[in-house]
Amino acid sequence: MSDSVETAAVAATVPPGQSGTVVRSTVLRRLFKNPLGIVAMAILLVIALLAILAPVLAPFEENYSNIAKTLAAPDSVNILGTDSAGRDVWSRLLFGAQLTLLSALLCAGVAIAIGLPAGLIAGYYAGKFEAVSNWVVSILMSLPGLIVLLTIRAAFGPSVWISMIAFGILISPSYFRLTRTAVQSVRNELYVDAARVSGLSDWSIIARHIFSVVRAPIIIQTAAIAGVAIAIQSGLEFLGLGDPSKATWGVMLSEGFKNVYLTPTLLFWPAFAMALTIGALVLLGNAIRDALEDGEKIKHRRKHLSAATATNNRTTAAPAAGRPSRKSVAVGESGSGKSQTAFSILGLLPDNARIVAGSIQFDGNYTVAPGDERVNQGRLSKLRGKRISYIPQEPMSNLDPAFTIGYQLVTPMVRVLGISKDEARKRALKLLTDVGITNPERTFSAYPHEVSGGMAQRVLIAGAISCEPDLVIADEPTTALDVTVQADVLDLLRELQQRLNIGVILVTHNFGVVADLCDRVAVMQNGRLVEEGSVRDILRNPKEQYTRTLLASMLEGKTPMSMLVSSQKEPVA
Amino acid sequence: MIRFIAKRLGSGLVVLFVVSAITFFLLYMSSGSIARNILGDQATAEQVALKEAELGLDQPLVARYFSWVLDALGGNLGASWFTSEPVANSLASRIPVTMTMVFAAMILIAICAALIGVTAAVKRGWVDRVVQVGAIIGDSVPGFVIGVILVTVLAIQLGLFPATSTISPESGPDAWVYSMSLPVIALLVNGVTGGAQQIRSAVIKQLERDYVRTLRSRGIGEREILFKHVLRSAAPAGLTVLSLQLIGMLGGVVIIEQIFALPGMGPLAVTATGQSDLPVVMGVVMYTVVVVIVVNLLVDILNGWLNPKVRVS
Repeated sequence: MSDSVETAAVAATVPPGQSGTVVRSTVLRRLFKNPLGIVAMAILLVIALLAILAPVLAPFEENYSNIAKTLAAPDSVNILGTDSAGRDVWSRLLFGAQLTLLSALLCAGVAIAIGLPAGLIAGYYAGKFEAVSNWVVSILMSLPGLIVLLTIRAAFGPSVWISMIAFGILISPSYFRLTRTAVQSVRNELYVDAARVSGLSDWSIIARHIFSVVRAPIIIQTAAIAGVAIAIQSGLEFLGLGDPSKATWGVMLSEGFKNVYLTPTLLFWPAFAMALTIGALVLLGNAIRDALEDGEKIKHRRKHLSAATATNNRTTAAPAAGRPSRKSVAVGESGSGKSQTAFSILGLLPDNARIVAGSIQFDGNYTVAPGDERVNQGRLSKLRGKRISYIPQEPMSNLDPAFTIGYQLVTPMVRVLGISKDEARKRALKLLTDVGITNPERTFSAYPHEVSGGMAQRVLIAGAISCEPDLVIADEPTTALDVTVQADVLDLLRELQQRLNIGVILVTHNFGVVADLCDRVAVMQNGRLVEEGSVRDILRNPKEQYTRTLLASMLEGKTPMSMLVSSQKEPVA
Repeated sequence: MIRFIAKRLGSGLVVLFVVSAITFFLLYMSSGSIARNILGDQATAEQVALKEAELGLDQPLVARYFSWVLDALGGNLGASWFTSEPVANSLASRIPVTMTMVFAAMILIAICAALIGVTAAVKRGWVDRVVQVGAIIGDSVPGFVIGVILVTVLAIQLGLFPATSTISPESGPDAWVYSMSLPVIALLVNGVTGGAQQIRSAVIKQLERDYVRTLRSRGIGEREILFKHVLRSAAPAGLTVLSLQLIGMLGGVVIIEQIFALPGMGPLAVTATGQSDLPVVMGVVMYTVVVVIVVNLLVDILNGWLNPKVRVS
C-alpha cells in the first residue's frame, strides 16, 4: 500500500480570530463614514431642531381650534390641513415632537439613573446586592410594559411624565444587565487589579476603567430604548389614556383613527413622524454598533497564508505494517497559520476564507486542486472521519454539551462505518479503555460537563481514531491541558500512532514535543513555510534564521538570563 | 426534574405575591377620591362616607390587601365598581378571545421566525440581508401602527377584510379565521421580524462553535449537524426570545383589540383604567402575571429538557 499524503502550498485568507480592544477615537470617525449613520443622525437632528423651535415655527398654538374649518384639506394657512376640532396638523406635529422627544429622554434618563449604578455595584461587588437585584430584574422583565402603564394610569391619572418615569424603571434592567456583564468582564482584568494594588479607590477605578467600557453599549441601548419609549407612550395615548390637553403623536394618531373614514391622511403624518424617529434611532444604534465592530476587525488584518504547511509532507508506506506511519509536525509562533493550515487539509476553514493559491493532495488525489477558490466539500466530506480525522486544541468546547459522550462517539461510527449501534457501542467502550479511561461505562454515559479536561481530550482522541483513519491531524492537542496531563496525552498519542500505524500531523509551538514525537518538521511564520525537513536536520542544523531564533527562544537547558543576550545577537527576522 | 419544576413553580408564586402586593398598594395608595369619583360631584359627604364603607375603603390598606388575597385565593377577585359585575366573570368571558389570538400569533411567529432565522443563518446571502432590513423596519414601526395601517388600507380602502372582528368562533371556522386575520397579522409582524433576526444570531453563534467543526471532522453530515446539534443548542436562546415576545404581546394585544373592536381583555382593561375601576385593573394585572409565570415555567422546563447542564444545577 502506498498511501501518501502530500500537502502542498495552501493559501487562504483568514478572517479575524480573536477579538481585540477598541480604539475609541476612531469609532466616531468611522460612524461619520457610514452613510446610514449620517442619515440617521441628520434626521434626528432635524426632528430635534423642529421640536426645540416648535414655538417659533408653529403657525398656531397646539390647541388653537378653528371650529369653522374642521378636517380641512391642506392649504396655504394649514399646510397639512386641520383635524376634527379644526386644529392645525403641522403645528400639533411640531409640539408633538417636543413632547415625544422629551418623554423618550426622560424614560431613558430614569432607566440609566437606576440601571447603571445598580449594574456597576452588582458587577463590581457582586454578593448579596447582585442576588437581590437579579431577582428584582427577573420580576421587572416579566411584566408587560403596557399593562404596567395602564396600572400606573389608573393609580396616578393621565400624565406623560409619570408614565415615562414608570416605564424608565420598568426598562432599567436592560442597562443593569449590560453594565453588570461589562463590569464583570473587566473586574478581574490585570489592569484593574494593578489599579487596586496601586491604591486607587474603588470609585476612581470604576470611573476610569469601567465606565469607559460601558459607555458605547449604553449609547446603543439608549437609542433602542428611546424608540421603545416613543412607541409605548404613543400606544397609551392612542388608547385615549394620555393627557388630552397635550398634542402628541399618539393623541393625533388616535384622533386620525376616529376619522379614518373621512380623512385618512390625518393618520399618515403622526404615523410617519413616529416611524421616521424610531427608525432613525434604530439605524443610529446599528451604525454605532457597526462602527465598534469594525474597530475590532481592523485589528486583525487579513492574513494571507501562502505556501503553508509542509510543502512536501509525503508520508510513504511504513516498512512494518505497510501503512503510513509518519509523524509530521508544523511548528511556529502563535498566529503563524499552523492551525489554519491544519483546517485547510480537513476542508474546515471558516466560510469567508478564500484559497488564493496552492493545492492539497491526499493519497495521490487532489482535495484542493490548483486554482480552486474554495475547498471542494464533496471530495473532502468522503474523507473526513473515515480517512482523515482531527484532534482539537481545546477539549471542552469541542464536545457538544447537550449530548452524552457515548452518543458523540457512537454516531460517527454508525454514519461513517455503517455498523450497528450496538456494535458501535462495544467499539466505543473498547476505545475509551484504549485511551486510558479507567471507567469507560461511566464516561460513556456522562455529559461533557461531567468529565475533566484531560478526560475530555482522551475522549476526543478516541473519537479521532474511532473510524480507523489513515491520517490524524492534532491541533496543539496538549496546549489547553495542565502539565502532568500533557505528558500522559503525548504518551497516549505516541503509543496509538505506533500501534495503529497512522500518519499524524501535529501542530505545536513546542520543540520538546517535536523532538519527542515526530519524524519531519515544517517551520511556519506569518502563514509562510520557512523550512521543512527531518527532525534531526532541523533541530541540529537549522538553515533559516527564523528557525534558529525559534530554537533559541526555548527555555529548556538554558542558563538563566542567557536568552536576553542571544535574542539581542539574533534579532527576530 | 420534578424538584426543578417545583422550585420554579415556588419562585413563580413568590413573584405573583410580590407583584400583587406592589400593584395593590400602588393602586389603592391614592384612593382618597375614589368614592367621590364613582358617585359624582352631586353626592353629599354622607353618601361618600357610606360608599367608602361599602367598598371597604375606610379599612387600613394592609388589612384590605390581606382580605383581597384571601378572597382571591377563593377565586373571588371582587366586583367592578361601575358595573358590579364580578371581576372573575368578566375575565373568564374575555380571556378566551384574547388568548386564542395571542396563541395563534405566537405559533405563527415561532414557525415563521424559526424558518426565516435559520435559513438566513445557514444560507446567508440575500435571505440574510432581507432579514436584517426587515428587522430594522419591524423595529421602527410599532405593532399598533401596523394594525392601523392594515385596517385603513386593507379593510377600509380596499374592503378586503372586515374592519372590526367581533365574530365569535361559533359562526364557523372560515368566518372566524377571515375576521381574525388582520388582528393576528398586526400582532405578529414585529414578532416575526425581531424573532427571525435574533434566532439568526443564535444559530450563527452555534454554527461557529468549536464542536461543530469537530463534528464535521468526524464525518457527520451538515444536515444532521444543523438539525440535531446546532438547533438544539440554539433553541434555549430562541425560546427566551419567543417568551419575551409573548410577554410584550400581552400588552400589545390590548391596543390591537381596541383597533379591531374585539371583545377581549383590551377594552375591559382600557375602560377600567380610564375610570380607575381598581378591582378590574387589579384583576387584569393578576391574569397577566399568571400567564407570564406559566409561560416562563414552560420555557424553563423545555430548557431543562434541552440542556442537561441546567437540569443538574
